Amino acid sequence: MNKLKTATEMVAELRDGMTIGIGGWGPRRKPMALIREIVRSDLKDLTIVCYGGADVGMLCAAGKVKKLIFAFVSLDFIPLEPFFRKAREQGELELMEIDEGMLLLGLRAAAWGCPFIPTQVGLGTDVLKHNPDLKVVDSPYDDKEWVAMPAIKLDAALVHVDHADERGVCQISAPDHHMDDWFVRAAKKSYVSCDELVTSDHFNSPEAARQVFWERSLTTAVCHLPGGAHPTSCAPFNGIDNKHFLHYNKCAKEGGFSAYSDEFINGKTEQEYQELLGGLAAIRAIPQTTY
Amino acid sequence: MTTQYSLAELMICAASTAFDNDGEVLATGIGVIPRLAATLSMSTKNPDLMMTDSEAYLLSEPNPIGPRSDDFVQRNETWMGFSRIFDNVWSRKRHAMIGPTQIDQFGQSNISALGSDYDKPKIQMLGVRGLPGNSISHANSFFVPSHNKRVFVANECDVVCSIGYNPERLPKGYQLDEVDIRLVITDICVMDWQGPNHQLRLVSLHPGVSVDEVIEKTGFAIHVEDNTPTTAAPTDEQLAIIAKFDPHNIRAKQLKDNPPGVRAAAVTEDS
Repeated sequence: MNKLKTATEMVAELRDGMTIGIGGWGPRRKPMALIREIVRSDLKDLTIVCYGGADVGMLCAAGKVKKLIFAFVSLDFIPLEPFFRKAREQGELELMEIDEGMLLLGLRAAAWGCPFIPTQVGLGTDVLKHNPDLKVVDSPYDDKEWVAMPAIKLDAALVHVDHADERGVCQISAPDHHMDDWFVRAAKKSYVSCDELVTSDHFNSPEAARQVFWERSLTTAVCHLPGGAHPTSCAPFNGIDNKHFLHYNKCAKEGGFSAYSDEFINGKTEQEYQELLGGLAAIRAIPQTTY
Repeated sequence: MTTQYSLAELMICAASTAFDNDGEVLATGIGVIPRLAATLSMSTKNPDLMMTDSEAYLLSEPNPIGPRSDDFVQRNETWMGFSRIFDNVWSRKRHAMIGPTQIDQFGQSNISALGSDYDKPKIQMLGVRGLPGNSISHANSFFVPSHNKRVFVANECDVVCSIGYNPERLPKGYQLDEVDIRLVITDICVMDWQGPNHQLRLVSLHPGVSVDEVIEKTGFAIHVEDNTPTTAAPTDEQLAIIAKFDPHNIRAKQLKDNPPGVRAAAVTEDS
């Protein structure tokens, strides 16, 4: 079995108006090469579901996002994502703003085929006020009411992992795999980019096998994109490129996204992008963050 | 004996008391001062506390803040990635201390967006993050580096991210007492929500601060009892522990101009 595809082929399988989940967390292990490929594409009217970082900012700035289902958008050391902020303050986005845990429950409900999962989370807050579609239900066992967190069904999930084989066995050896497994399980199709393509006997190692968080049957296609998470981190290969994010943030104030995009994305291949940064070796030399 | 200490160190010590009687819970302090506060409590009064490395591992001893030497050994206890954090949150064994942008008279807080139009906010911030879940699941405390009326707002928060003691928002079948908001540590005082009907109550004043100043800088009425004490000064032992866990003195950069813990003279700065 061979599921290898190029980033262009993967993005060509996406359609306008789709609901797309993006793995990673803030500035960590985002499938940024695939995001750049979407920025270069004609795709539009997307509903994006994620624990957001520059993926959200770039897609908003490129006019790709109709609706955002999210709990936060942040670059961590730059707390507020500049392009997301701009899009919100211009009143451009439809939102479903929910708690981080509610987002997880929505993905789990979709993964498990449940219409909803009951939770207390959101009660007493504006999460219910600003999402009038969120229903509250009575408990059949006591007198309390519960939020019925609906399934967040994804047409596609995009994630970046450190190692994968051509059958779609994917390894995340970073300290945290975040919610990537739930994004994949909640999606009809999952597109995975990987830093290193390995032969299947790589997973003979119990340690490597222990770091595989979903079954290959859930992986639709694999793309070999070394450094594909840049400027976000991908342990064990590279840390967060804070310097690049400072430049990105500065572009938001001077020149806007078109300045950033013209410099790094528009009309450029991933290889040309990396050459602007000093090549893959320079990306791999970015140290991991100490918290 | 007079030991010199900074306002940041005073706030760390005051904030650490929030965790002292928690027993075996996950203490999460977001930001340098709350994190050092949890660290201090775990190192002194409450060794049973649990903390993470702020990434994915639960620690038996807190990590120092900032760069660490190559031979540093992190005292891992178990994996505690984000999905497991939620398992912990919902099992209620946690106490989080965060710094919201707005706090209202009900103890509701906001880190999402500012302005009256939610669809087109004046200032977009982070989003609700984990506040809805934290606030209804376990104990929460607040850290406020600059006490003023923009933080302690006169009306309800622009976006209510966390459940508080607002009777009108109380979910069906719930009691207000099920909400557990603990301490509020600011640059001028310590407060809690133990006034009448869970009103914000003044607990102690930092050295050199008056009751009037606190009232003036808070956008809603607070409960003040007679003879409000002064916030306890850090002990030498506490200062040594703080220095051990913050060897690069990152705490000195948390408050503007790193003011001393004891004010030279009472200066009232209007918000």
